[in-house]
Amino acid sequence: MSIRHGLLALLERGPRYGSQLRSEFESRTGSTWPLNVGQVYTTLSRLERDGLVAPGGEDAAGHTLYAITDTGRSELREWYERPVDRTNPPRDELSIKLAMAVGAPGVDIRAVIQSQRHATIQAMQDYTRLKAQAITAIEGGRADERDDLAWLLVLEQLIFQTEAEARWLDHSESRLVRLAARAAAEPAPPAAPAAPPATGPAADTTAVRSRSARTRRG
Amino acid sequence: MPDQHRSHAIPRTGGHSAPRSASQPVLRLDRLVRTHGSGATEVHALRGIDLSVHAGELVAVMGPSGSGKSTLLTLAGGLDTPTSGHVIVEGMDITTAGRRQLAALRRRSIGYVFQDYNLIPALTAAENVALPLELDGTSARKARAAALASLDEINLRPLADRFPDEMSGGQQQRVALARALVGNRRLVLADEPTGALDSETGESVLALLRSRCDAGAAGILVTHEPRFAAWADRVVFLRDGSVVDETLRSRADSLLSGRAAGL
Repeated sequence: MSIRHGLLALLERGPRYGSQLRSEFESRTGSTWPLNVGQVYTTLSRLERDGLVAPGGEDAAGHTLYAITDTGRSELREWYERPVDRTNPPRDELSIKLAMAVGAPGVDIRAVIQSQRHATIQAMQDYTRLKAQAITAIEGGRADERDDLAWLLVLEQLIFQTEAEARWLDHSESRLVRLAARAAAEPAPPAAPAAPPATGPAADTTAVRSRSARTRRG
Repeated sequence: MPDQHRSHAIPRTGGHSAPRSASQPVLRLDRLVRTHGSGATEVHALRGIDLSVHAGELVAVMGPSGSGKSTLLTLAGGLDTPTSGHVIVEGMDITTAGRRQLAALRRRSIGYVFQDYNLIPALTAAENVALPLELDGTSARKARAAALASLDEINLRPLADRFPDEMSGGQQQRVALARALVGNRRLVLADEPTGALDSETGESVLALLRSRCDAGAAGILVTHEPRFAAWADRVVFLRDGSVVDETLRSRADSLLSGRAAGL
């Protein structure tokens, strides 16, 4: 998440002080990624160091205001135009967990999948209810419609992201089931002298294990 | 706990506020079993399903193909007979009901929505919606008035005199939903209702189904689309004819609670 560019985007609308930036950032994103005011000031001082913002005096209440510089504006433009970097996919705990569950002794990978699917769909239900509320707020013409709309976009991103996860889980499960059925239907391969010793528990008949066994033989 | 206070601040719509446990479910499936064939070719489509759906509640049923989703819906609507177990709709056990009783219950209590809308092509939107009432003996004039009111509720009154082929898929499906719930029918059984619709239109159909349930209907939604299942209060997962898991009702306030409190 780019707090740096988020703050620049808010400052482009005019000078602001630290806690004001924090609350505007959160109302735009529905507090999905809460900021503490310390993060805001740390980021502001880095932006100032890099010449992207400059202190812009004080408001009537004595808050130190920050203003975006021309360098900051062009950095912001470039950020909007530049696609988000996908060359280094962020580490994903679920991918790692399933990768580790494949053939892990004593782990029922379908149970792992179902437990995650439960949590993922539950999260989607929660997001969807919040989304319905946001739509009602927008259609009701509330004063802060722009914030509601921004929040709706964030919520829908979360919904699509969790949907992709749910679909991937469904797909993974049906692939596992299909491979298991195929492994069960295939005649036992002729005993090869180099056949790997059975290392897993006797009851483990997961397809993926037999596939990896075949791969080793092949 | 501050989150608990927040949960009360969130406006909940319609029937959600009614204490569910005290009321009789609109639909109850009791140890429902459906087996096709016998002996070596025996197929266990459903292996003992217990499920209750109350007024104001939308339950989504998900599961891989062949898991028994459609069988469940067919049995719940009295279109097929279980091998054992009971289907109770508004207090009446339809598995022991006579043929005429069952037909009357289907006309008066149960509405279906299918993937391909199933509107009658030679009838207008209003006539399609009025049809179940007319079949049940309501006068044509009263049935039309009820159909128009029902279309009005979902902002489709301007389409009342259009034929199905003069409407978009999304409009036809919303008319089908109006037909499913016209009169006093409170149970809507929807089988992949968004299957033939694009994402945005599918969502408008789901929002409508959700709002009809909020207004007091009980719904079962069979779908393989997680994004549409997410509109439900509960999501039930079927696998090989059994319920393997189900999610709880949505607790929107438990997530992103800062923002939710502001609404």
